[in-house]
Amino acid sequence: MPFKIAIASGKGGTGKTTVAVHLYWYLANKYSPNIKLVDCDVEEPNDIIFFPEAEINEEKAVFQDIPEIVLSQCSFCKKCAEYCEFNAIVVLPPAHFAEVNNSLCHSCGACLEACNDNAIIEKKEPVGSINYYRINRGNGIKEGILKIGSVMQTMMIRELKKSVSNKNEIIIFDAPPGTSCPVVETVADADYVILVTEPTPFGLYDLQLSVDLLNDMKKPFGVIINKAGLGDDQVYNYLRDEGITLLGEIPFSREYAVKYAKGELLDDIPDIIDEHLRIIAGELENRLIQYEGNNYFKW
Amino acid sequence: MKEITILSGKGGTGKTSITAALASVAENAVLCDSDVDAADLHLLLHPQKKEEHTFSGGWIVQIDQSKCTRCRACMEICRYAAIHFNQEGQLEINPYQCEGCRLCEKKCAAEAITSVRNNNNYWYVSETRFGIMVHAKMGPGEENSGKLVSKIRGRAKEIATDNNLQYIINDGPPGIGCAAISSLTGSHAVLIVTEPSKSALHDLKRLVELIAGFSLPAYAVINKYDIDLELSSEIESYLKDNTIPLLEKIPFTPDVVKAMIEGKTITEYKPDSEITKSIKKIWERIRY
Repeated sequence: MPFKIAIASGKGGTGKTTVAVHLYWYLANKYSPNIKLVDCDVEEPNDIIFFPEAEINEEKAVFQDIPEIVLSQCSFCKKCAEYCEFNAIVVLPPAHFAEVNNSLCHSCGACLEACNDNAIIEKKEPVGSINYYRINRGNGIKEGILKIGSVMQTMMIRELKKSVSNKNEIIIFDAPPGTSCPVVETVADADYVILVTEPTPFGLYDLQLSVDLLNDMKKPFGVIINKAGLGDDQVYNYLRDEGITLLGEIPFSREYAVKYAKGELLDDIPDIIDEHLRIIAGELENRLIQYEGNNYFKW
Repeated sequence: MKEITILSGKGGTGKTSITAALASVAENAVLCDSDVDAADLHLLLHPQKKEEHTFSGGWIVQIDQSKCTRCRACMEICRYAAIHFNQEGQLEINPYQCEGCRLCEKKCAAEAITSVRNNNNYWYVSETRFGIMVHAKMGPGEENSGKLVSKIRGRAKEIATDNNLQYIINDGPPGIGCAAISSLTGSHAVLIVTEPSKSALHDLKRLVELIAGFSLPAYAVINKYDIDLELSSEIESYLKDNTIPLLEKIPFTPDVVKAMIEGKTITEYKPDSEITKSIKKIWERIRY
C-alpha cells in the first residue's frame, strides 16, 4: 500500500501548494520516483501551474447521478420528498408538479427506494473532470477540477482519490482550504497530515481549527510554518505548549513570493529552501518511523 | 439595502483584511462573516456576543449493536461507502464518510439504526466598534457550511431591515464551491480581491465565470500588486476584457500583518497611509 501524505491548512493562501509541489519534487528526486501528486483542491486546483512542462495525458469526465421524476408515472404520493433529507424534492399534488433540485441533491438514492410507482429514473450530470498530467519526475499529477457552478466538490474529491493507483509508493494529496467536508474527504485515509500555516493571528486561529479536526479524526500530523519571519511568534508558542511537531519552516522572502507568482517555484530552488526541505523530509521520516512502529518505514 | 460580498477564488489574497478595513470606513452597515469554515474577521473586529444560537448540522447516524443482525442491507445500500465491518466484526458507520441521507435507517429491518442531530455549530449576533456583526463557528468536519452561510446572511438581512441600515458587508469563503455559491446567492454586488500570481489569475477566471452565472455586478481590487507588475498588468487586461472595473491596486506592505497582530484594521493602524485612502475610494465606488 502506498504511503499517503495530505497537505492541509485551515486558512487559504498559507502555502499548501508551495509545500505540496516542493515535497513532490524533493521526494521524487531524492527518495522515490514512484510518487504521485494529487491536487484535491478541486474548486481551484493550482499544482499544475508549477510544472510548465506537464503534458496532459488523460482527461476523464465525472458524473453525478441525478434523479428525474417521470410525471406520467408519478402518483404524487410525496414519499420521495419525505425520504429526501436534503429538501431537494418538491411535490405539489394539486398542481401535478414534482421536481428535483439538482443543486441540493446528494445523489444518495433514497428517492428511488421510496418510489413505488417506478417514476424516478437517474440521469448523469457532469460535475467535473479528472486530469492526469505526465511530468519529467515521478509518476505525475492528477487533478480534479470541479465544473463551475457545481456544489459537488466532496464527490469530486472522492472520485479523484478512487482513480489513483495503489501501485504508487508515496501519494501526496494537496487539500482545499478550510475544515469542512472536502478537507475531511481529502485527509480521511491519509497516513500522515502536514498542516501548513503562517505566523500571523489568522494563520494561528485557523491552524487551531485544523488541529481540532485532526485530533477528532485521530490523525497523526505535523506543522510547517511558511512565510517564517513575516509575523510574530504566537504560532511557535502554541506548538510548543501543545506539544505539536514543527516539521520545519519556509522563510518569507519577497524574491520567493515573486517566483511563486510567476509559477517558477521549482526553477533553481535556492539552497536555503533546499536545506529546509531536507530538514522537513528528515523530520517526516522520523515521524513515520515513530508511527509505523514495527513496520519500520524507510523512504 | 445593498449586500456586498467579498470573494477571491484563491485563499490568502486578503479578503478578510480588506473586509475589515471596509467595515471601518462604512457607515450604516451590518457585517457578516460567511467564511464559516475558517472565520477570521472576528480577530480584527473583536465582537462582543449579544446572542448565541446553535445550528443543527448534519445527522449523526449510529448502529445499535444489540439489535444489529449483520444482514449488510445498510452496507449495500449506502452510496457513500460509509458503513464498514470493524475489527470486532460489527457493522459501523464512519461519521466522516456519512452524508446523513438516513437511507440505511429506513432500510434496516431490525430497526437497529438511529439518527440524532449534530448540534455542534454556533452562530452569533455581536456588537463591534463598526456596528453589528453576524458570525458563526462551525464544528470540525461539518458538512452543512452552505446552509449555515444562508442562515447567518438571512439574519444579517433582518438586522439591516429592522435597524434601517443600508449595507451588508459580507466576507466570503475561498473557492467556488458550495460555500462560495451560498454566499453569492441573493447578494447585490461582488468585490473580488485578487493578487498578481498565476494561481490567483487561474482562480480569478473560474470565479468570474461563476459570478457571470448570477448576473451580478462585480468589482475588483488587486492586492499586493507590486509583487509582480507583469502579472498585475495581465490581470488588469483580463479584468478589462471582462468589463470588471478595477477599483484600486494596493501595494504589498508588512503593515497589514503588523495591524493584524495588534488586532486592528489597516485603516486604524495607518490612518494616513495610501492604503487607507484606497480603502475609502473602494467604499465610495461599491456603495452606490
